[in-house]
Amino acid sequence: MILLYLIIILMAGGVLAWLLGKRSAISSRIISLAAVSIDLILIIIAILQNGIPDDKKWIFEYSVSWIPKLGISLHLAMDGLSLLMLFLTFFLGLIAILISWKEIQKSVGFFHFNILWILSGIIGVFLSMDLFLFYFFWEVMLIPMYFLISIWGHENRIYASYKFFIFTQASGLLMFLAILGLYLAHGNATGYYTFDYQQLLGTTYNPTIEMLLMCGFLIAFIVKLPVVPFHNWLPDAHTEAPTAGSLILAGLMLKTGAYGLLRFVVPLFPHASQIFAPFGMILGVIGILYGAKLAFSQTDLKRLVAYTSVSHMGFVILGVYAFNELAYQGVVMQMIAHGISTGALFVLVGQLYERIHTRDINKMGGLWEQVPIMGTMGLVFAMASLGLPGLGNFIAEFLTLVGTFKANILMASLASVGLIAATIYSLRIVQKVFLGKKDNDYKMKDLSIREMVAMGSLVVAIIFIGLYPQPVINTAKPALMKTLNAKQEYYQSQKVDDSVILNNRTCSPDTRKLNK
Amino acid sequence: MTALDFICLAPFLLLASAPIIIMLTITITRNIKVVYGFSLLMFLLSFISLFIVAPYIPHVIAPLFIIDSYSLLFLAIIIFAGFLITILSYIYISQQGDDKEEYFIILFVAALGASVLVVANHFISFFLGLETLSISLYILVAYIKTRSYSIEAGVKFLVIASVASAFLLFGMGLIYTATGSMNFKGVASALGSLHALSPILLTGFVMLLVGIGFKLALVPFHMWLPDVYQGAPAPVTALIATISKGAVLAIALRFFMDIQGFNNQAIFIALSAIAIISMFTGNLLALNQGNLKRMLAYSSIAHFGYLLITLLAGSTEGIHSAIFYIASYIITTLGAFGIISLLSVCSGNADSIDDYKGLFYKNPFMAIVMSLAMLSLAGIPLTAGFIAKFYLVLAGVKSGLWLLAFSLVINSVISLYYYLRVVTTMFTTSDQVKPSTIPLMGNLVLVVIVIGILFLGILPAWVSDIIASLS
Repeated sequence: MILLYLIIILMAGGVLAWLLGKRSAISSRIISLAAVSIDLILIIIAILQNGIPDDKKWIFEYSVSWIPKLGISLHLAMDGLSLLMLFLTFFLGLIAILISWKEIQKSVGFFHFNILWILSGIIGVFLSMDLFLFYFFWEVMLIPMYFLISIWGHENRIYASYKFFIFTQASGLLMFLAILGLYLAHGNATGYYTFDYQQLLGTTYNPTIEMLLMCGFLIAFIVKLPVVPFHNWLPDAHTEAPTAGSLILAGLMLKTGAYGLLRFVVPLFPHASQIFAPFGMILGVIGILYGAKLAFSQTDLKRLVAYTSVSHMGFVILGVYAFNELAYQGVVMQMIAHGISTGALFVLVGQLYERIHTRDINKMGGLWEQVPIMGTMGLVFAMASLGLPGLGNFIAEFLTLVGTFKANILMASLASVGLIAATIYSLRIVQKVFLGKKDNDYKMKDLSIREMVAMGSLVVAIIFIGLYPQPVINTAKPALMKTLNAKQEYYQSQKVDDSVILNNRTCSPDTRKLNK
Repeated sequence: MTALDFICLAPFLLLASAPIIIMLTITITRNIKVVYGFSLLMFLLSFISLFIVAPYIPHVIAPLFIIDSYSLLFLAIIIFAGFLITILSYIYISQQGDDKEEYFIILFVAALGASVLVVANHFISFFLGLETLSISLYILVAYIKTRSYSIEAGVKFLVIASVASAFLLFGMGLIYTATGSMNFKGVASALGSLHALSPILLTGFVMLLVGIGFKLALVPFHMWLPDVYQGAPAPVTALIATISKGAVLAIALRFFMDIQGFNNQAIFIALSAIAIISMFTGNLLALNQGNLKRMLAYSSIAHFGYLLITLLAGSTEGIHSAIFYIASYIITTLGAFGIISLLSVCSGNADSIDDYKGLFYKNPFMAIVMSLAMLSLAGIPLTAGFIAKFYLVLAGVKSGLWLLAFSLVINSVISLYYYLRVVTTMFTTSDQVKPSTIPLMGNLVLVVIVIGILFLGILPAWVSDIIASLS
């Protein structure tokens, strides 16, 4: 039940913020902060009371039927992986609201409505264990994001918002077709029609159909992630969005793609995933190198940061298709570390833009003198981005590369070149913006207390997971093992006999009961 | 005629008596408010009478009508839409010149014609209903005499719809010649004993298809639709888009299912092609329209292309999804045209998409309703359109119509562009900030529509269960 409350609080908070926003802007900001904080506190209390089980059980589960005739239920469940993602969502959500305090002055109520509804869509995605519900939330997060970009964005916002929406919607619809295909494939095989994730696990298909269905899911997730050549929407959307929008896009929305790969693509389609693995890894390596190259050649600071996302997300898909525990730990770490570090860089760009009204790095330079605190923050996150040991991204990329090395030495070696490229573009940010010769006469104030709170907490977070990643790894472990096991079990069962698959399918009568 | 026949015809008798009574009141005195109140009352009464009829179904009034749960549901939709359109029409028409009262007479005749269509199971009643509906629509389209393009649209509609009716009639005649029956079931059983379609029969079906294609504005019979949508007064456009199209679709579905048309290879291929072409043509032509009504006309062409999928699915799920789709399409379209007609009353002009610039800052509620309608047409979750599209695609892929399902998906993406354009326009800032107020009843209609769209979108089970319980 708590899972449902988390979503409802955000949605209700959003409506309330909108209604109050007409009277006073500040109240809608406070309501939004409160809604996200309540969610964060709720989940912390619940976890402290329950603890995190080591086995494969869900920490919390909630299920009630929605459209029973079609086997659709409101089935929410949380395991370690979702828990981590929820923490990240609430954390970055709070920061997004904090940093918009001054930046957003137009239709403040509606702005916060959109922010909270995006967040609720995102946690819905992380919690849904019913594929119909999953698609539902997948779409719910799009429209407010579209509004966020098209109303509060920069100069070219309309174009960017269309592009964002059409790319994600097109790929989402293909996933929707694949969901229907999966529903029918499972129903035809067993006579039991359902959209429930756990029932659908271990469906047997003929290989061609499995491949087609997997492609449907895959396209949605790799567009979101994004993987080259589907990354085209990302630089525009990230650049044109308001700071909070870029933060949520980079920090959270991209992670839904990674989450989808781990939660749905690999467990649901183990055989097809195995076939796709080499291509997935190649795409990952291309993404890492190509993203880094493009990042290096940008002059628009925000666009530069956007391309670093493409590069960093390459590690995610590389790790996912390495199919081993180390790589998966790396992937989860990368999701979190990238969320924090890239999010922070976007915040920094936003703060610079508020002060000097440009994003062109050729017009910056030598800003350190005036804004030493901001410069330090920039340095920290540039270092995080290049993978300096002691910061979260290092752990993430290191684990991913070690895992990949076990699976495919060539890919791992190529990918590690990406680290060098990352060093180049990260240092270029610091050099061009904060160091170098000062040939401008900007008058800038350093960070205010509100901004310091936001940036400071991001710094603490990135250092914490860099120095002590174990809690993250432990929390995610059962969920990751589940993903890996689903794949291995499939292969074992293929060898033994088909009856095991039948057992796998019927072994979860509890959810079936819940459906009724 | 037995007493039971009369009970089952109660909704029709009520709808038919309304225009006569209004006519009589006009001879005594002209009072638009009285006529308006009375119209609402009659729609309400005929809606209530559906519940009185409900226990006696299915009831056949031989040989022309069949009143079953399927037709009752469509009747409910038509009367409900008629009620809302009456309110919109009153707000719109009361701003115009004299002779406003007759408008409601014709509105009732149109509703009656549509109602006859949904209970018809015979060529005679089919044609009777269709002509009653069409002839009243010609008048309504050209009702506002001061607008020259209304008259142009009316004449255009008159000519094209008459040609379509001629086709339809000829097709019916040919089918009658070949099968010796004008009853749908009779035609079906005559077809069942045939091995192959004779040329006469095939010609008959093609002509029937052309006639229905004209009425539903499927490509390539769609030319008239944008002009009529644009030229007609906004509430009348709403009437054409909802009641008229819904009723024609109802009869087309009934006929098609009775004769099991999807089993015939030639008809199946022809309809698939029409469906795909309609989707693409509608959506591609809608992309660059500057006029909102024209854009919605093209969007409606695409939507009826989608709806053909349910016909081709040839399953009960197909029928159910068609009913759900048409219900959600009607409520959504009413939302869109409701805004258009309310806005044209408040600010004089609301045809061009540019007129909606900054609507969000002038009248947030209207902008939200319009956005909701656009998103629902685009099939975005939380709205009725999403669930409707879901049922439709599910029915399609269950019958293995993957090609059509793919075309639908591609077209959904194309259509996003122009639906979003409207939404974006409303949210862009404009210099002119003149808050526009809408009458209370107008607000009420919008609230009902919003509740309808969200209710169907969030809790579809309730309605879809009702639909599924139909025999």
